Amino acid sequence: MKETAIEVRNLNHFYNRHQSLKNINLEVYRHEILAIIGPAKSGKSTFLTCLNRMSDLIPGARVEGQILIDGQDIYRPEVDVVALRRKFGMVFATPIPLPMSIYENVVYGVRLAGKNNRPELDRLVEDSLEKAGLWNEVKDRLRISALKLSGGQQQRLCLARILALKPEYILLDEPTSGLDPISTMKIEDSLRRLKQNYTIILVTNNTKQAARVADRTAFFLMGELVEVAETEIIFTRPTDKRTEAYLEGKFG
Amino acid sequence: MTDLRKSDRLIKLGLLMIAFSAISALFVITLFIFEQGGPIMFKYGLKSFIFGQDWYPSEKIFGLWPMIVGSLMVTLGALIIGVPLGLATAIFLAEFSSRRLARILKPVIELLAGIPSVVYGFLGLMFLIPFIRENLGGPGLSVLAASIILGIMILPTVISISLDSIRAVPDCYREGSIALGATRWQTVRMVVLPAARSGILAAIILGMGRAIGETMAVIMVAGNAAEIPSSILQPVRTLTSNIALEMGYAAGEHRQALFATGVILFVIIMVLNTIANLTASRQGKR
Ligand SMILES: Nc1ncnc2c1ncn2[C@@H]1O[C@H](COP(=O)(O)OP(=O)(O)OP(=O)(O)O)[C@@H](O)[C@H]1O
Ligand SMILES: [Mg+2]
Repeated sequence: MKETAIEVRNLNHFYNRHQSLKNINLEVYRHEILAIIGPAKSGKSTFLTCLNRMSDLIPGARVEGQILIDGQDIYRPEVDVVALRRKFGMVFATPIPLPMSIYENVVYGVRLAGKNNRPELDRLVEDSLEKAGLWNEVKDRLRISALKLSGGQQQRLCLARILALKPEYILLDEPTSGLDPISTMKIEDSLRRLKQNYTIILVTNNTKQAARVADRTAFFLMGELVEVAETEIIFTRPTDKRTEAYLEGKFG
Repeated sequence: MTDLRKSDRLIKLGLLMIAFSAISALFVITLFIFEQGGPIMFKYGLKSFIFGQDWYPSEKIFGLWPMIVGSLMVTLGALIIGVPLGLATAIFLAEFSSRRLARILKPVIELLAGIPSVVYGFLGLMFLIPFIRENLGGPGLSVLAASIILGIMILPTVISISLDSIRAVPDCYREGSIALGATRWQTVRMVVLPAARSGILAAIILGMGRAIGETMAVIMVAGNAAEIPSSILQPVRTLTSNIALEMGYAAGEHRQALFATGVILFVIIMVLNTIANLTASRQGKR
């Protein structure tokens, strides 16, 4: 049966006095794609940032509850946050390559971890770009600034950059919201291939995308997890009326 | 309707004239300096004027080399002291301090720019000079003293401009870097500083312009001997000091030689300004 990778227990999140996540309970299985859908401001991005503790960086943000990874709560005080963040690769809505070359973008995180062996880095760059489906387009110009790539290429570069770190989990926050259909398709293809080796959580404002790639889908509404189930079930016979209303485009 | 248009035209004409007179004033000043200082440079030879080691105006020996070296030494010294300090402060305020602290400190630092230079010179004379004389030797009035005072005087420029350019780096770069497992400091070093590079360069060059042009404070602490100092503990005279010290009594060719000093200073500052503008416009393009 499915093995649990991440277990979220009674998670509450606040921005100062505003409660942005309300008592979330959710399991994420290993090597699945879990899609999170829901209207704007429903707490989807906030949920992702709780998982790798990027939420720590926002002044006034506060978390209650537990998130267990391999059975250990990541909010224990002795957790090494930098090491934790390395287990998660995160891709944001706007592709944000760092202002350096394609090559340097891919090896950035690895260099930070202290690895500098040139042939090893070369291999890593090829491998990561390959997995992200970008290698063929850039292999002759790895030294040009990453800012010169098109939006779709930049987004795949951002994917390659986290793959180079060999994360266990990949978090994507509306990764294709700014991309054209063909770039979107390329990203979705990469995700399908990647799920063999990675656990993927995909926040998307495009319900069709969830239907296309996700094994399971969770529906968030105003900070609550309304329901989570096999994608097919969510889209054909959801248990909650609110899910049905959302999928029919009644709000959001 | 027509009245409005008429007054509009008048205002436009007025502004044009003001702008024109401001620019022509600058132009006239430049022309005047070159007209006064130019001929004597060619009379005694550009080479001996610039590279001559001796400055004895009463004997008509006009070598500006000691002052050129002096200006460059003191400016370099100011940068060595002011830039690391200023940059570190800017990084701290932009990346590591609480927003409240930065909001309080930034105006305070900018206020430092408003203190008259004679006050800096006076403080240097009172505290720094005796300190150097007693602890490091030499007369106290020295390259070192001038560098330290100037280094402090350029801090506001270096801090506020580099702070602005560090803050202009979009937050998404920082988040991207941190999400890749970088620490705050690694993010600053590898992403933020390179991205703010040209703004920081402009800050350094403007600080340099400030240091090379400063006169009063330097005269008070530098000792002003017109010879190339043998160590940083020896006195030094800068180009600006040379003009200010002797203008009061100079006449004839001596006076013209001081204008020529101005010409050299003018050229050096023009070069620095051009570099600053070029880097600033490159920053704008990115
Ligand atoms: N930095 C912040 N400070 C304060 N409140 C915030 C912050 N970020 C988000 N919020 C609030 O938290 C709630 C959840 O926001 P979140 O960004 O997680 O929603 P989302 O589902 O990702 O929305 P979207 O589809 O617009 O990205 C919203 O009410 C939002 O206003
Ligand atoms: Mg969001």
